[in-house]
Amino acid sequence: MVIKHKFIFETENAWSDANKSMLCLDTGGWRTERPVLDQAKCNYCGLCCLYCPPQCMLDKGDHFESNLAYCKGCGICAHECPRGALTMVPEGEFSNEG
Amino acid sequence: MKAKKGQVRVMTGNAAAAYAAMLCRPDVATSYPITPMSEVAEQLSTFHADGVMDAEMVEVEGENSAMNVVTAASMAGGRAFTATSSWGLVYMYDALLQAAGFRAPVVMAIANRETPGILAVSAGQQDIIATRDSGWIQIIVENDQEILDQIIMAFRLAEDYDIQLPVMVNYDGYYLSYLAEAVEIPRIEDVDQFLAPLKLQPQRPKLQPGEPLGCGTHGIDIGFMELRYKHCQALQRALKKVDQIDAEFKEYFGRGYGGQIDEYRTGDAEIIILTSGGAAGTTRAVVDAKRAEGVKVGLVKLRMFRPFPRERLVKALKGKKAIGVIDRSVAYGWVGGPMYTDLKTLLPEIGLVPMLSYIDGLASMDITVPHIERVVDEVNAAAQGKPYQEVTWIPLE
Repeated sequence: MVIKHKFIFETENAWSDANKSMLCLDTGGWRTERPVLDQAKCNYCGLCCLYCPPQCMLDKGDHFESNLAYCKGCGICAHECPRGALTMVPEGEFSNEG
Repeated sequence: MKAKKGQVRVMTGNAAAAYAAMLCRPDVATSYPITPMSEVAEQLSTFHADGVMDAEMVEVEGENSAMNVVTAASMAGGRAFTATSSWGLVYMYDALLQAAGFRAPVVMAIANRETPGILAVSAGQQDIIATRDSGWIQIIVENDQEILDQIIMAFRLAEDYDIQLPVMVNYDGYYLSYLAEAVEIPRIEDVDQFLAPLKLQPQRPKLQPGEPLGCGTHGIDIGFMELRYKHCQALQRALKKVDQIDAEFKEYFGRGYGGQIDEYRTGDAEIIILTSGGAAGTTRAVVDAKRAEGVKVGLVKLRMFRPFPRERLVKALKGKKAIGVIDRSVAYGWVGGPMYTDLKTLLPEIGLVPMLSYIDGLASMDITVPHIERVVDEVNAAAQGKPYQEVTWIPLE
């Protein structure tokens, strides 16, 4: 048998680190809706970031923004936001790729 | 260069396992006691208390924790040893698979015992079978000296850069675990010398403070297949490696065991009895007795069960007229024993000769000389072309 596959891992076992062979799933592709922020309501409390399961909230200094490459659109940030500043909007309403 | 002769002491199989572990200077040696291997844990604790062994001994609350502890120690680059049996082995099943998948070179001694279902505080190899597909290397030994020697060899094998796999060293619970025999204890400096080549190899990655790494976390589609493939390839490499290490051990310490399989009077044999563990010793005596009667019989002791020694077995069995296999366990869902069913896959390469399966010695029942004599007689009759029964549960007939 001829193996044509080029090995992803340099090691025998499944070692991975962020700089070398970390395999990242394109979890953003699973999303059907995304969180949209009403910045007037946001007081930068950070709860959305704390509750985000894949920890993909980016700190923008005065608010948080989800990294759409990883955001699965689970809606937990919007559910947890005490000020209702986040709304889940269906992907169909956006033309750009996440 | 040869090792100096070590001290000879009378000790049990369990003590031999503990001595071997101590001689290999483990960084972590932890286990949860279970009959019939508890003495291994006791003996290791004694070594630790007496300052003979400078290893971390974690007090674990069960076998599952024990396996997780030794796997973690191994991932941190340490040499790790543990021991268990039966219920304990299956209680750590998920951690067992994880150790193999992580390619953690843990060495584990197992005093084989029947597995749950029927409460049996008794000998049997069913625990080997229950963990057959765990990705570990499984070696089965025959006597106390072999337990000690094989555990030392197991560290050489497990930690070899080309292998990086955990190894189980199996010995019959109750029979060998409690049997006191004269055992030569190699000098620790000679064991150091024997294990020294590992230090000259490239070093496997390890977890260390300040350098965060993940292991086993990213098994996604083709990455998963790649890792499974590498694991299977490493198991295949282990076959030749075990022969090399055995030969090197023999050269250095003067004792060899044949590597993957041990052949006894097979050269001119017409029929072969294949078995493993302590039963091989009894079979050897029967082979001698039957040879005196003119029956050309030989013994193949299966030392390595996973990976299965296909090439060596084909070489040893090709051209023989009939083969009998004595299993000390059952293959659920198959008619014969587990070693028998595995061996049958080699028939196209060996030749389509009669192969007879015998199930014996479950739950500490003895695999006796008359039992094995009967096996030889029936296999011999099958070799002469007489009709034979495929599977026999010896004590039930």
